[in-house]
Amino acid sequence: MENCYHCGDACRDTTIEHQEKFFCCNGCKTVFDILNENDLTYYYDLQTTPGKTPLDIEGRFDFLDNQHIIHQLLEFDEQDTQIVSFVIPHIHCSSCIWVLENLNKLHPAVKNAQVNFPQKSIRVTYNSTEINLKELVLLLCKIGYEPNISLEDFNKKEKKIDRSLIYKLGVAGFAFGNIMFLSFPEYFEVSEFWLEQFKHLFRWLMFAFAIPVVFYSGRDYFVSAYKGLRSNILNIDVPIAIGIAVLFLRSTLEIAMDWGTGFFDSLAGLVFFLLLGKFFQQKTYAFLSFERDYKSYFPIAITQLSKQEEVQTPVYELRPGNRILIRNNELIPTDGILIKGSALIDYSFVTGEAAPVAKQSGDKIYAGGRQQAGIIEVEVTKEVEQSYLTQLWNNEVFSKNKATTFENLTDQISRRFTVSILSIAVIATGIWLFIDASIAFNVFTAVLIVACPCAIALAAPFTLGNMLRIFGKRKLYLKESSVIEQMAHIDTVVFDKTGTLTTHNKNLITYQGISLTEDEQKVLTSTLRASNHPLSRALYELLQDNDICTLDDFTEETGKGIEGIYGKTSVKVGSFAFVGNKNQQPETTDTQVHISTNDGYKGSYVFYNTYREGMQKLFSELSNTANLIVLSGDNDGEKKFLKTQLPQSAQLKFNQKPDDKLNYIKRLQQQGKKVMMVGDGLNDAGALAQSNVGIAVSEDVNVFSPACDGIIDASKLRVLSEFMALSQKSIRIIKYAFVFSLFYNLIGLGFAVTGNLAPVVAAILMPLSSISIVVFTTICTYLLGRKSIT
Amino acid sequence: MSIIYVLITVSVIVAIIFFIAFVYSVKKGQYDDTYTPSVRMLFEDELVKPKKEQEKSDNKEIIQTSNQ
Repeated sequence: MENCYHCGDACRDTTIEHQEKFFCCNGCKTVFDILNENDLTYYYDLQTTPGKTPLDIEGRFDFLDNQHIIHQLLEFDEQDTQIVSFVIPHIHCSSCIWVLENLNKLHPAVKNAQVNFPQKSIRVTYNSTEINLKELVLLLCKIGYEPNISLEDFNKKEKKIDRSLIYKLGVAGFAFGNIMFLSFPEYFEVSEFWLEQFKHLFRWLMFAFAIPVVFYSGRDYFVSAYKGLRSNILNIDVPIAIGIAVLFLRSTLEIAMDWGTGFFDSLAGLVFFLLLGKFFQQKTYAFLSFERDYKSYFPIAITQLSKQEEVQTPVYELRPGNRILIRNNELIPTDGILIKGSALIDYSFVTGEAAPVAKQSGDKIYAGGRQQAGIIEVEVTKEVEQSYLTQLWNNEVFSKNKATTFENLTDQISRRFTVSILSIAVIATGIWLFIDASIAFNVFTAVLIVACPCAIALAAPFTLGNMLRIFGKRKLYLKESSVIEQMAHIDTVVFDKTGTLTTHNKNLITYQGISLTEDEQKVLTSTLRASNHPLSRALYELLQDNDICTLDDFTEETGKGIEGIYGKTSVKVGSFAFVGNKNQQPETTDTQVHISTNDGYKGSYVFYNTYREGMQKLFSELSNTANLIVLSGDNDGEKKFLKTQLPQSAQLKFNQKPDDKLNYIKRLQQQGKKVMMVGDGLNDAGALAQSNVGIAVSEDVNVFSPACDGIIDASKLRVLSEFMALSQKSIRIIKYAFVFSLFYNLIGLGFAVTGNLAPVVAAILMPLSSISIVVFTTICTYLLGRKSIT
Repeated sequence: MSIIYVLITVSVIVAIIFFIAFVYSVKKGQYDDTYTPSVRMLFEDELVKPKKEQEKSDNKEIIQTSNQ
């Protein structure tokens, strides 16, 4: 079998040979032709099979005719020039960057196109008199790069990137380097003639450089220490802030009184290293979003019927009473009543219910479902923000910040550390007051300076920052490094079922009933082939090795079933009632497709969910350290099977609504449990937000996933227990690093309490301890990352 | 030795110029995307002479397909 030259998929049904190349479909061939005509075939040289089959987009971007919506999407709109940015999930290789940045070859009105690869986004500047936004989007779709435009892009505020940490780091680094040079002469040549002349200039220059370090770069530490003290927490920033303040005051006093050179280089170095640790920890995954809510899942506009005319209306403007039109594969944006057409709605992402639900006119339908068959007309009963689904986001868990309620390891240590340092300082000063009162002040400040827990403050950022990257390489993307610490304390793991433990795309299908003859199979396969229903397609995948014939007649009754006739054989496929069975339907909770030939009932294909590989192993590994719970929005059809997979102690709950899941986790937490929630859909969003660690499972990390603390690639879910073990080990590394840095502090204290802390000692000891901690944690995490085979 | 005043002034000014350049580059967003420019840089040649590329790539494609 040939592979498509454009997208690389195996050419199954059709193979198109064109210019000595093979294509799997006309879509792929068309893209090739477009690129070929415009001399852009280099696209295929950079990377083999870089493309994507362009999807049918008919009418889907019609909302871009609406000036109001266009205005909301544009970044810049002046005279004839417009600038717009899109997220394009397909951007994945250098070919993508190349072809998209050469967009002007495809349309001369495009002035400039710039790709941001880590964010998978493109920014296009174009002449709006020659091409409008809709045409631009269609152009992108035509070459297989469909932009993702969702409700989230609506009302987009000017995005402000916070770069203050880079500035602070820059200031501290700049000052650190310059102060170092200025302080060097005095360290080595203590009493040379010309140095005596210039040292005052050098000292005041150092002072000048130190001012922005303390008051700009180090500002956050004072703020954080103040906030901590106000809420009676001795966090790690308290001793750091004391250290910075004492360093600055004592150094200023020293140079003002001409006692010595001061500790300005240690001060700048300290702030620089601390900020470096912060910067290192800050790494996030630009192409992932951990803050998503329903808005990035919902469409921006919908077809509204007003006076028998189709108008594209922004979904926010929908009011109760409006009539809307929902096409095949479109999302239902708000609650309503079905007026016309028969609906088959896939709610799997919202409720966790695996099988599509059939609805008749007059039935209530809820927001978030995806229509699977034909066009339906719906009367809106609620505004978008009031719908059953979106109300979940009104729950207070979505506005609460998790990090503030969690005391991390560093802060726990810091509490004891600060108290003991302060008492050592007081005691040492007290003793020196009796021996030699003149250096008592010296000793007091020296203790506070040398005890500044720079190394302790660096241990956690570097260890967790490294682990974050190691996890990321293994396809568990965490929102921030503190999640690793939380993961180490988890004692209860809650799983969602549909989409999390089971896969969306693979079904296990078995046939029950009278076996079909070859002819019947042929007609059945051909009938299925003609239908676009997801169940038909799944069945066709299974049966596609059978022969195919051209049907004499084919009819599809939306929401009920399909019928195909060939010669004397007629085959009906669909619901129990549709295939014409007069018997009572056996009670079942599984998804079934019934078959009858020539009006005689034959049997049914039963669809079972397939569970992801390695789940049983994962359960048994996790059960050693944690309680396991499965919360499913689905019915209890698979209870028996799940029981065999899970350990005895595990609990199972079915028919759980989104709110139930959230409250269940809340109750567990009230019992003192540390809960990890593993889910995938919007229905888990509340539970993910409520849990201590919410992990979203995603088949494709580029597409939507609900707000969470981490996104795990579905293929890696089976090694979740390894990730948890790794996070526990990284906590151990941090603890070792603490011991290590305490050792440095003791040496420093030895100098300090004896009154021997010369600036040069501090200047060596401080960077040395910081760097050795960084080296220690980096090596440890590297070894840990290499050892774990994933 | 008073030349040292001049030298220090000059060196501090040079350092500050570099610092301003750094702040300017951060502000312009040069550090926001550190990956794409590294790839884009390699495309320069292809942009200049697309015609030639076309011929070359055609030849390559024939070889590729015959290998399949």
